[in-house]
Amino acid sequence: MATSLALSLAADGKAPLFLDCDVEAPNAGLFLKPTFEQRSDVSVLIPRVEEACCTSCGRCAEVCQYHAIAVLGKKVLVFSQLCHACGSCREQCPEDAIREVPSVLGVLEAGPAQNGIAFARGMMDVGEPMAGPVIRKLKQWASPGDGQIVILDAPPGTACPVVESIRGSDFLLLVTEPTPFGLHDLKLAVQLGQELSLPIGVVINRDGIGDAEVEQYCGTEGLPILLRVPFERAIAEGTARGRTLLEIHPQMGARLRAVLEQIGARLGSPP
Amino acid sequence: MKQLVLLSGKGGTGKTSVAAAFAHLARHGPSPLPIVLADADVDAANLELVLAPERIEEHPFVGGSVAIIDPALCEACGVCKTTCRFEAVVPGESYRIDPIACEGCAACLFVCPTQAIRMEPQLAGHWYRSQTRFGPLFHAALRPAQENSGKLVTLVKQQARLHALDGGFPALIVDGPPGIGCPVISAASGADLALIVAEPTVAGIHDMQRALQTTAHFRIPSLVCLNKWDVYPEGAQGIESWCQAQGIEVVGRIPFDQTITQAMVRGEPVTAHAPEAPASQALLELWKKVTTRLDAGKEP
Amino acid sequence: MTIVVSTTGSDLDAMLDPRFGRAAFFLIVDPETMAWQGHRNSAADAPGGAGTQAAQLVAGLKAAAVISGAFGPNAFRALEAAGIAMFQSSQAGTARQAVEDYKAGRLERAGLPSRSGRHG
Repeated sequence: MATSLALSLAADGKAPLFLDCDVEAPNAGLFLKPTFEQRSDVSVLIPRVEEACCTSCGRCAEVCQYHAIAVLGKKVLVFSQLCHACGSCREQCPEDAIREVPSVLGVLEAGPAQNGIAFARGMMDVGEPMAGPVIRKLKQWASPGDGQIVILDAPPGTACPVVESIRGSDFLLLVTEPTPFGLHDLKLAVQLGQELSLPIGVVINRDGIGDAEVEQYCGTEGLPILLRVPFERAIAEGTARGRTLLEIHPQMGARLRAVLEQIGARLGSPP
Repeated sequence: MKQLVLLSGKGGTGKTSVAAAFAHLARHGPSPLPIVLADADVDAANLELVLAPERIEEHPFVGGSVAIIDPALCEACGVCKTTCRFEAVVPGESYRIDPIACEGCAACLFVCPTQAIRMEPQLAGHWYRSQTRFGPLFHAALRPAQENSGKLVTLVKQQARLHALDGGFPALIVDGPPGIGCPVISAASGADLALIVAEPTVAGIHDMQRALQTTAHFRIPSLVCLNKWDVYPEGAQGIESWCQAQGIEVVGRIPFDQTITQAMVRGEPVTAHAPEAPASQALLELWKKVTTRLDAGKEP
Repeated sequence: MTIVVSTTGSDLDAMLDPRFGRAAFFLIVDPETMAWQGHRNSAADAPGGAGTQAAQLVAGLKAAAVISGAFGPNAFRALEAAGIAMFQSSQAGTARQAVEDYKAGRLERAGLPSRSGRHG
């Protein structure tokens, strides 16, 4: 959906900046086919203890809320995978014995994609537990041009990486399907959007496969259904082959444009 | 007691439908196997929707803490704001903390000159013990924007594990979360066997490879099954060739079958809803192979 | 010399807790006299980093060795740095049995970390 919207904007001469925030499984590139021209490691600052200055007083271990630094006898150990890079240990060390050094979590890549779309993504290293910092850095690193629309493709769910992705956005477009699973996940996502005070629109994907519960829920909550994508085997087969909805059904172009117009109208500015 | 974890690189591959079918087949299949189920996909705990269980126990789950500023004590000096690396401090006449941005590091608490900041544990969600038609289910629901799902996964799995050990259940099936992050690692740890549910899409092979890297990292024997394989047979072939080259066994091919969605809408595992459907037949074959491998796996 | 056993309850007849970092109790036992004392593991409820926190707790109990079912990589590194020997018991049994097994040399020294320990 996100990739089709990006292509639809590009077709109207408003090529957006597209950020693939699903850093655990970044896939949008397979549809938009970017050529990466820039690359940058994402790192966070983790503590390193200067043993010569350390008195093993234990203050760092005491202030660390994540138990990422442990004082055992005269030894101080840092556990980088538990560290949230808050800097509190360095700040609180009475001997000034802690320095901070970068530790790589993943990589950011950017470059032009189809039809003038600017594309950037983050990729988390396997075995690294925290997606949040990679997403945060991606959003800072890839900056849009003047007046350029930014489309952020968020990971699924409603956990920390999703919050990190949607924070600071102007509009939240939720893609769901008309099934009990779709409804369950949609409700959680709506709750999150409301907590962040974001205007919300809904897209019903695979319309027709399930029941009418999603539609009823949207009606009760006053959530606008901006688009219905009918269920068709051709769409499933086309997407599996890396084709966007717009490529499978060029006639969807007008309806995608209408989605963007409705979002623009809700934000009080043209898309 | 053997532990099977279902994983996928990305959500929506049909992992939960497979888990639900396994629950049904464990009870009513050819060779019954008493199981305990754990839904470790706490961000989207869907197993409950298909298995329609009766909740027996509910427990609050307290997650990490966030900082709170007492406006009566705050002198708006701004030290907390310069200390915070998560942009969680909102300036004003008295400062306040954005609880969604706060990482709970407490750095602000230690620097505040007027001791106006305290840490308060957050109610992150609940975990449940339920009874389904096919066996006990341990699951949880996290409030939106709550972190710590890794801790909750550990808790749910641990409760399920202890229940299985106490009750003499020979197997535990864990429906794992998608992705490769902390909750996945928590769900997969200690598993005897992982089944990766993959879709034959252009993205699917990458997602599957990432999931397999995670299980390889923790030395968990892994099998692959393909869902909706006939939507893109060339893609399915690509995944199978890759797996073969890597020595990873592809143990099942589930066809695209709308019966799966119909069953889901009805709140039933597809194998119970329509045992003769092509997907149900494929799931039965898959289940037989997986149970054989689970038993022949390794020492307890 | 004393050793620590991770347990699900506070006395010597409590079951061995198979987890180290999130064990309910740490039982400190003198293998000579079998005298014991239970300590609640305050790290068990930690949102993250239970292993490193528990290791510091055990180090504070001045134990020479610790018996558990499994040690995560973080706990392993921390206990190793503290010079505490780690023994693994794969048997479901009481703390008393675990200590007897230890005395009889039937327990295996923990090698590679057996369980992942990462929390985001």
